[in-house]
Amino acid sequence: MAAALEILFTASFWVAAVRIASPLIFATLGELICERAGVLNLGIEGIMVAGAFAGWITVYSGGDLWTGVAVAALTGAAFGLLHGLLTVPLGLSQHVTGIGITLLATSLTYYTYRLALPEVTSPPKIEAFRPLEIPVLSDLPLIGPALFAQTPFTYLAFVAAALVAWLLYRTPLGLALRAAGENPDALEAQGLSVTAIRMGAVAAGSALMAVGGAFLTMSAFNSFFFEMVNGRGWVCIALVVFGSWRPGKALLGAILFGAFDAYQVRLQGVVGDAVPYQVFLMLPYVLSILALVAVSRRASYPRALMVPYRKGER
Amino acid sequence: MTTRSHAWSRRGVLAGGGAVLTAPFLARRARAADPLKVAAIYTVPVEQQWVSRIHKAANAAAERGDIEYVFSENVSNSDYDRVMREYSEAGNGLVIGEVFGVEQAAREVAADYPDTAYLMGSSFPPDPALANFSVFDNYIQDASYLSGIIAGAMTGSGRIGMVGGFPIPEVNRLMHAFMRGVRESRTDTAFQVAFIGSWFDPPKAKETAFAMIDNGADVMYAERFGVSDAAAERGVLAIGNVIDTQADYPETVVASALWHFEPTLDAAIAAVRDGSFTAADYGVYSFMIKGGCSLAPLGTFEGKVPEAAMNMVAERQAQIMSGELVVEIDDSEPASS
Repeated sequence: MAAALEILFTASFWVAAVRIASPLIFATLGELICERAGVLNLGIEGIMVAGAFAGWITVYSGGDLWTGVAVAALTGAAFGLLHGLLTVPLGLSQHVTGIGITLLATSLTYYTYRLALPEVTSPPKIEAFRPLEIPVLSDLPLIGPALFAQTPFTYLAFVAAALVAWLLYRTPLGLALRAAGENPDALEAQGLSVTAIRMGAVAAGSALMAVGGAFLTMSAFNSFFFEMVNGRGWVCIALVVFGSWRPGKALLGAILFGAFDAYQVRLQGVVGDAVPYQVFLMLPYVLSILALVAVSRRASYPRALMVPYRKGER
Repeated sequence: MTTRSHAWSRRGVLAGGGAVLTAPFLARRARAADPLKVAAIYTVPVEQQWVSRIHKAANAAAERGDIEYVFSENVSNSDYDRVMREYSEAGNGLVIGEVFGVEQAAREVAADYPDTAYLMGSSFPPDPALANFSVFDNYIQDASYLSGIIAGAMTGSGRIGMVGGFPIPEVNRLMHAFMRGVRESRTDTAFQVAFIGSWFDPPKAKETAFAMIDNGADVMYAERFGVSDAAAERGVLAIGNVIDTQADYPETVVASALWHFEPTLDAAIAAVRDGSFTAADYGVYSFMIKGGCSLAPLGTFEGKVPEAAMNMVAERQAQIMSGELVVEIDDSEPASS
């Protein structure tokens, strides 16, 4: 028991928690932006795959790391525009379209991968982001290494969270975006276009999802594997609910999930065989569900989420 | 109902009779002229370690002119039997692949195409009633055992970390053989075993490996991609599995247990050609004595492994090759110790 608790006081555990959380932070913020504007985006899983590949292949073909991040974001935005086109002006089912986008993005990614690399024995590696220790701050106990000895890509995740929060709550654009998801009629009465705001939100949100995917191939690992996103996108959908559609809470939720995951691999070493390994693997998900149950009671979802807006309709 | 079954049986008799009459001629013609048509169906990309060995052997056979080789990769399990049917309809003489997730459906397809031979990676024994369906797996426990002897000699802390995908027989038996080898060269070794519940999640495998290294492991058994990366980043050692990745991790990967699919495939091709293909377990063709596995050359670690260990490896290898030593096959789920 003592050993199980001791894990919580090791720096490496907190470093791992934040590292595992980083891709989730990006993708959760992305989903949050889409949903705040009223569009559920189940394309997230596929968009993350596409982003993971786009960023990695850019670096592999000679681009620098930040160019890779930008290309991943653009790729995500392109899929976002497609999802937006189908669900916003055309008003199709957001569930079905989202799943379709996931299928399209994963398959298209694999197709492109095979065209680009027809004959490889193992996927080639790139020089990924390296940890960048911030002097002084990284010497703080526990929090220091966890927050200030990560790769620049992780720092970007925290910057993105702050930026999204500021944008949503402190700018006219954020107000318009939230209105699109709460009361689109009011937005239209202001002379603003719900369609444009929603399209923009889905494109921007999808760009963030793709950047989350790129984290996997450019910081967490240095090579692309087809199935490596492995359900992380679906976790982010739940994290948005967990964070009750607020960037700050969503950030905490992602870190909490990362901590659960980092904890379970370490706990396996302490507890050993008394418990089957599947229980440990389940742990982050079970704890997330419990947290979701506790938190979501008070969560109020955007009023116009999944309601297509048709101008002039009453 | 009766008429329908009657009609079916009559058609069946006609078709079956026709097949029986023409089969010998078809078979003889195929043998005399063209290379054997072989199709492979993989559920993962051909880069995956396990599948890459099959792909390599098939390409080699195609280059020799023995076979005509086509393949489909990344076929989902739900689609697997359809692709099997397509290749069977297309007149392939031998269809190879992996049916770990579609054992029942694959056997049903095989029953529908008795003239096509199937050689499939499977967790189950062959069924004598299904004469055209043989199974194989990577029984490379001999090489894993030898790599374990080296690992035991290289660990300073006496703690070895092992990260696997799922605890299925194919994974378990190699882990057990490896652990047995380790205990021969260092009896007091403690093992940390973990499974990540995925075949393709290198970031997760890497995180799991980090946790083990934080916990004192200084040699990692790299069953999955990602483990060697963690070892390289932390400056500890790794032992490879199925493929040789030392070129990517010259300072990290000490030794690797390699799988060679060539003996398995060549035996199947020969059996199809001379008409002797029958329900069999081709697992033995992965044994060291058949040339189905080997220990990768030490390469960058030449001279860095204690000589006593290398002598023991040579001795045990000779015993395996002479049949004096048979490495035990243990398919149970390995546990930390």
